[in-house]
Amino acid sequence: MPALKFTNLSKTFPRAKPLFGKARAGVRAVRPMSLTVETGETLGIVGESGCGKSTLARMLVGLLEPSSGQIEIAGKALDTADPAAFGRLIQYVFQDPISSLNPRKTIRQIMETPLKQLHGMDRAERSARIGKIFASVNLRKEFLDRYPHEFSGGQAQRIGIARALAAHPKIMVLDEPVSALDVSIQAQVLNLLADLKSKFDLTYLFISHDLAVVEAVSNRVIVLYFGAVVEIGKAEDIFNSPKHPYTQLLADSAPVVGRPLKAPEQKDSELPDPLNPPKGCAFAGRCIYASDLCRSTEPELRVMGENQLAACHHPI
Amino acid sequence: MGSYILKRLISAVPVLFGITVIVFLIMSMIPGDPATAILGSYATPENVEKLNRDLGLDKPLVQRYFIWLENMLTGDFGRSFSLNRPVLDEILERFSATLVLAGTSFVLCAILGILAGAISAARQYGLADKLITLVVLIGISIPSFFLGMMMILIFAVKLKWLPVSGMYAIYGGGDLPDLINHLIMPASALAAVATGVVARMSRSAMLEVLRQDYIRTARAKGVRERRVLMGHALRAAMVSIIPVLGIQAGFVLSGAVYIEMVFQWPGVGRMLVDAILKRDLLLVQGGVVFVAACYVLFNIAVDVAQSLLDPRIKT
Amino acid sequence: MTFLRLLFRNRLAGLGAVILGIIIILVTITPLLPLPDPNATATANRFLRPFSEGHLLGTDHLGRDILARLLYGTRISLAIGLVSAFFAALFGSAIGIIAGYFGGRIDNVIMRLIDMLMAFPYILLALAIVAALGPGLMNALIAVAAVNVPFFARNIRGITVSLAGREFIDAARLAGLGHTRIILSELLPNVLPVIVIGISTTVGWMILETAGLSFLGLGSQPPNADLGSMLGEARAALITAPHTSIIPGIMIFLIVMSINLLGDGVRDALDPRLKSGALTRPRATTRVDRKGPVPQADQKGLLNIQSLETQFHVGPRIYRAVNEVSLHVSAGECLGIIGESGSGKSVTALSVMGLVASPPGVITGGAVRYDGEDLLDASYERLRQKRGNNVAYIFQDPLATLHPLYKIGDQLVEAIQSHNNTSTKEARTKALELLKSVRIPNAPERLDNYPHEMSGGMRQRVGIAMALANDPEVIIADEPTTALDVTVQAQILTLLDDLRRERGLAIIFITHDFGVVAQLCDRVAVMYAGRIVEEGQTKAVLDAPAHPYTKRLIACVPELGGGRRELAAIPGLPPVVDRLPEGCAFAARCDKAQDACHRGYIPLNGHAPRAVRCLFPEEVV
Repeated sequence: MPALKFTNLSKTFPRAKPLFGKARAGVRAVRPMSLTVETGETLGIVGESGCGKSTLARMLVGLLEPSSGQIEIAGKALDTADPAAFGRLIQYVFQDPISSLNPRKTIRQIMETPLKQLHGMDRAERSARIGKIFASVNLRKEFLDRYPHEFSGGQAQRIGIARALAAHPKIMVLDEPVSALDVSIQAQVLNLLADLKSKFDLTYLFISHDLAVVEAVSNRVIVLYFGAVVEIGKAEDIFNSPKHPYTQLLADSAPVVGRPLKAPEQKDSELPDPLNPPKGCAFAGRCIYASDLCRSTEPELRVMGENQLAACHHPI
Repeated sequence: MGSYILKRLISAVPVLFGITVIVFLIMSMIPGDPATAILGSYATPENVEKLNRDLGLDKPLVQRYFIWLENMLTGDFGRSFSLNRPVLDEILERFSATLVLAGTSFVLCAILGILAGAISAARQYGLADKLITLVVLIGISIPSFFLGMMMILIFAVKLKWLPVSGMYAIYGGGDLPDLINHLIMPASALAAVATGVVARMSRSAMLEVLRQDYIRTARAKGVRERRVLMGHALRAAMVSIIPVLGIQAGFVLSGAVYIEMVFQWPGVGRMLVDAILKRDLLLVQGGVVFVAACYVLFNIAVDVAQSLLDPRIKT
Repeated sequence: MTFLRLLFRNRLAGLGAVILGIIIILVTITPLLPLPDPNATATANRFLRPFSEGHLLGTDHLGRDILARLLYGTRISLAIGLVSAFFAALFGSAIGIIAGYFGGRIDNVIMRLIDMLMAFPYILLALAIVAALGPGLMNALIAVAAVNVPFFARNIRGITVSLAGREFIDAARLAGLGHTRIILSELLPNVLPVIVIGISTTVGWMILETAGLSFLGLGSQPPNADLGSMLGEARAALITAPHTSIIPGIMIFLIVMSINLLGDGVRDALDPRLKSGALTRPRATTRVDRKGPVPQADQKGLLNIQSLETQFHVGPRIYRAVNEVSLHVSAGECLGIIGESGSGKSVTALSVMGLVASPPGVITGGAVRYDGEDLLDASYERLRQKRGNNVAYIFQDPLATLHPLYKIGDQLVEAIQSHNNTSTKEARTKALELLKSVRIPNAPERLDNYPHEMSGGMRQRVGIAMALANDPEVIIADEPTTALDVTVQAQILTLLDDLRRERGLAIIFITHDFGVVAQLCDRVAVMYAGRIVEEGQTKAVLDAPAHPYTKRLIACVPELGGGRRELAAIPGLPPVVDRLPEGCAFAARCDKAQDACHRGYIPLNGHAPRAVRCLFPEEVV
């Protein structure tokens, strides 16, 4: 049974109706999207700012009501946006570790909330469980009586992960969990996440803009562009032999030691305007392979090669 | 720009409507009936009932509201029983006097306040800053009516530099120098508090802006410090100062009530207080609605000024 | 009690507390004092002057003892002010929190109503309420409280909206908390300080307002008097018996001033931004206070930083952000400075042209020589002439670093005119050329854009154009691509590289990304805890890092194409620069560290351009 399955999931943010004239079409942050995540898998989600990756994540944990579509976790459909119902099954780790901790609560209070609210544990049970989780994220127990501002970014992110673990979820959505951290700390947290995954039998959705990080931690990777999936593939293949020109562009743009600097081949054009989306393929305006077909018809995701799918009329 | 002004004007309509509803509701909470108040010792049950019918007070609340609103829209604010003249005539006459006083004070507080705040911020912890901070502290702590009274004692009674009260001299007055002569004390007393508040806000807005990255950029470009302060910083600070000016205009109008009492200024504030004490409710109702409506329009002007300054506001 | 300590660190707040304390003690014991009945009239003794027998402060127009009336009146005024502030805060905050937390339609309806109430100049509403309820002290209290509700509601709503968007509220929802609990246990503790600040800064104002209503005869009614009605009654005798007015007036002034002083203190103590003294104005240039001798000039490069030391003095603490940093760059050369946050790389860069915010920054040692001239010694005007003209900066976040209210064309023109006496028309032509040279499409139209109308990549191009405005010899780029998407980053890096070659620019490029350094820089310096730990030709440093820190940091960075794997990590945290350890700052995290690493001074050793600050380096340099 897949850990998570969603079908036709989409989110459109309505725009304010102008004083004169009729209501305008909303902004389509996430276009209808279907995907299955297997139990025990780490699914990487990459894309640049505005591609809809955070909107998708917030829908998956119940913080945002989808405009359409179903979410199924462990075979159970979850329709309404109710974080409390989602909380026991799926948890979220935030990008900004300090801002995700209430500045006026001690770490113990923060840790106890999910245990009390989601699992109804009594004091002794809670204390035992917190001790166990803290040990597994390598945090000292005396931290429990301190306040969030006393911690560094890396420590605060461990606390954020510990809080998510406390809810005993099956799936964790990690939304850019290391991009606010320095590289030396980043590796600590990534390794910790890998340990926890096997220890607690977790399934990860790992969102990041950093291709190298995603490649290092994921089994499968999906690439988002302008609110839609443009390519899906195995982590070891997708950046080495991309099918979609956008994936290629991403891979070429990442600065790599030993590779000379050259501007990736592309037109110097602006990104598509979400308020006025282009017809056809959203990437056509920046794509060197674009044809009339691309500018008129939106490409569907098609199987290309082994375990790889791309939405492109002219795959590489 | 034109469409922005139009949009703001249209959005003011419900606010104006709401103002009339609030005023009407408050006034209808009054215990007892105005007829008794008007008739005083002449009140017999028959007289009261007749007067109530004449004033339309026997009709249901909602109907009475719409009659009142309709009349107002046609320029009929009713008739003041205590002054025995149309409410609107009285308001217009009195409001123009208030406008002279409050307008002068507002201009004073805006110019002096922003200037003091900017200097204070530019010379943070310097002598000028400390001096301004002290004066501002006194300004915002002293009741304006007390300040007015002390000014009368010093400048009118002791030094005899300025007239004690009124708007014009009774004999031989009426020209502009005479008006200015009478205006100096009440306008400065009224401006004192607002100037203090504006100066404080301007100082902290400037300090906040001076820490922004774009100020560092301007310095990195080699822009002269005077221009960094009075160009880049002050302009950005104005974005937070202008709304404060809008609010302070309301405070200046409010303070005018006290100052008009102290200086016997024939303005709308004194009219309202007299009307309340005489329970001349039509006059109160009309006066409050009229002044509030003017204030709403003034705030639209403030918003327009803000949108001219800040391109990030959608026009 | 840190709060009280912070509060009384502000001496003016202490003064306010003392004055207010004395007044409160006086009015509390008033009924016990041997005072005459405040309402006992004695018309024979009207208008007695102060210090008359039996009447310390004299008598009023009805011969009543002013001292007694003053003290009883103060009781009433204080009580009314406090009670109305409490109720205004209670209702206003509740409304504001509910509107701000729930947002959407609830917020819309509530805030429309609040806007309507705020559409009245406050006294009109108060007058209308008093007119309806009739004159009287209680009604004045209700009016003043009601009039102030919208102010609290609006203020608290603003705070709540920004808090409700914070991630910890989402986290609480995911932990299973319902709305009521989130409001009470997550939001309220964070809003409470703001409410307290609101109360402490408005109590004085509310006392003034109630006094005002009483002054008009609409508040307390005879024979009882608060301070306002004492003034109101005395007004008729202002000229003949001024003391009857002056005494209550001064009392109001003292109360309100002491409350305002105390309120400012409370605000400063509770506001975390003010707590750290953040609201000080940065000066036009960084303060230079060199303790040691100025290093001798040596003929290295166009821009030569010698043993630079920059510190931040915050209260008693001294943060040593930059220690003994020496760097130089020649025309056409690109020097990279790489390090993690807090390593001192940005502060080094900003120190060059005196752009470190000061206070708290102080340059305490070394020299910065441009073409031989020591800039730390230069006058402000000399330094200003060099800024942008000889050494220009490109900063990280182009949205924050461009002025939001000026068109980008005007910002470019200003940059040009700060150093050249050109007409605006000529400068504008030059600005257009600049935009074209950084390859901005539709350059003529872009001149009239505001920064917020452009994308991040375009804004950064404008930032680069501005740096090029006066054909500088040196450009210092402080993480210019960190805020950008990777595809945009590639474009900007290529642009910078091209410009360097075309114009023979010297570039100092600050970054945390080894990939960027490898692609762009000729030489690189690695910084850790405020010091350079390693430097050399980029290829040499990356291929064979000599300092254990460099080596392990490179290993931490996942590289594209490596597949799924375990990453190398460096345990522990960098030291805080106000408590730097003796010896090597990295020793505590280094697995090769020996006793000697924790002692004494460790110099930067090697053969130029290669050098390393390590006793047991990985490679011989």
